[in-house]
Amino acid sequence: MATTPRQATPDSSPRTWRRARLIETGRVARRSARRRSLALATLAILVLAVVLVPLLVRLDQQLVDLRAAGLPPSLAHPFGTDEVGRDVLLRSIYGLRVSLLVGLVAAVVSATIGGLVGLAAGAAGGPLDRLLMRVVDGVNSMPHLLLGIFIVALFAPSAIAVIVSVGVTHWTTAARIVRSEVLSLRGRPFIDAAVSGGSSRLRIVRRHFLPNLAPHLLLATVLMVPHAIWHETALSFLGLGLPAHLASLGNMINDGQRSLLAGDWWSSLFPGLLILTPTLAIHALAQHLRDRANPRRRSELAL
Amino acid sequence: MLEATAITVSYGRHQVLDGVSLTVAPGETLGLAGPSGCGKSTLARVLALLQRPSGGTLTVDGQPISRWRHRARQRTSIGLIFQQPRLAVDPRFTLLDVIAEPLRAARRPLDRAHELAEEMGLTGELFTRRPHEVSDGQLQRACVARALALEPRYLVCDEMTTMLDASTQAHLVTRIEAYRERTGAGVLAVSHDAELLDRWAGGNVRTWRHRPDVVVNGSGGRPEGTSRDVSDRRIATRPNAEG
Repeated sequence: MATTPRQATPDSSPRTWRRARLIETGRVARRSARRRSLALATLAILVLAVVLVPLLVRLDQQLVDLRAAGLPPSLAHPFGTDEVGRDVLLRSIYGLRVSLLVGLVAAVVSATIGGLVGLAAGAAGGPLDRLLMRVVDGVNSMPHLLLGIFIVALFAPSAIAVIVSVGVTHWTTAARIVRSEVLSLRGRPFIDAAVSGGSSRLRIVRRHFLPNLAPHLLLATVLMVPHAIWHETALSFLGLGLPAHLASLGNMINDGQRSLLAGDWWSSLFPGLLILTPTLAIHALAQHLRDRANPRRRSELAL
Repeated sequence: MLEATAITVSYGRHQVLDGVSLTVAPGETLGLAGPSGCGKSTLARVLALLQRPSGGTLTVDGQPISRWRHRARQRTSIGLIFQQPRLAVDPRFTLLDVIAEPLRAARRPLDRAHELAEEMGLTGELFTRRPHEVSDGQLQRACVARALALEPRYLVCDEMTTMLDASTQAHLVTRIEAYRERTGAGVLAVSHDAELLDRWAGGNVRTWRHRPDVVVNGSGGRPEGTSRDVSDRRIATRPNAEG
């Protein structure tokens, strides 16, 4: 009886190979699924805390209680209290609320500016493209924290000033990504096919350009959120962001600096961790988004 | 008549087409054979009104073309089928979306897309698949269906069957021939495969030569003026200015 090739040698048969590959992809898929759900859970908890806690407990930004100053973490104050007796947990949550809001809005602002500039440069081409890209180079050539400080200094300290400063300095990445993507799309045969089939310009932008740009733009926005959070805290840390009495993660770390020398590690550690956790969670999520963005990769993930 | 006269195309300083003339009459199948890289695809793009030539004239049913790409109103009367179906469809579209795209653009009823797909031998379960989930042959069937959706009066097949196996080739050619017989459309089949063209076009094949005195099935050697004669349906390359 003739043996089929599949049964011939167990080691090299396609079936063994396929099974080995499935096990491998299964392991990778499970690991990335675990990472994804951990990131999602972390973000969900943080967002829920930021949304719900201010509804339940009002924070009096001016309240000072010197009798409770510098208490270490305990049941009454899980993150301890700072040098003037303010609860670090409550202030951290309020600070995170400001940071997340500023980060999100600034990221959307910068992605919108960048997206429009990139689309204009890529779609128009020629002199406009060259002009816009030299502007991008110009903005990029300046250290953006310095430029951001300059812009913030033009306004009174407020969240809006920080959003403008981060938005105006960070649109260049999105602009570059969108421009290069539009350039590569424009030359693809399926755009020719759409033109040949009678599609208008608007239709091609709507049906081909935007859906193909969306994942890149979304990813650029999501990755900009932690970056913007860091900028907000950096500006606040330098005393340029929010007014000093308002709870903000940067302000808190700045304040905590002084008590750090007295051994009160909690008043700067916990706000610091609250910057780090959402950053890592958003990064993990962005990785997943990047994988999902490609329909081909998506069906590989589904295996 | 789809009539190209003395078409010249340059990419930068590199001249790709140099005074090419070609005529496709309604109801005929014309084969155009030529080696790789001789400018066949560029000519196909010009004929489909996708690219403005740097010189020469193109008329569609007697109307001279002065606007190209989006501005060309007649662009839907010439269907173009590309060499590589993989690149010619948006990777985010389903097969049905691909076929329905021209119908949507023209605001025609979308039921036609189902009929076209079935005519091309695509079964129902393929409709919702995306390009990476089907084979090259299935994808090219969808591309042919898309090209036929608006019933173009001329069809330009640019190396349509190069990537495909023999049975799919035969099937696609049969469908296009059936379409031609039904609607009286003119078909230009471009390929480097002279044998395929010979069978497809029943011997009505023009061969591409990079020589000034040109042309066609070994009957060349005519003076340059007549070789570009419209009624002769031949391809000629014009002598270089210094030549």
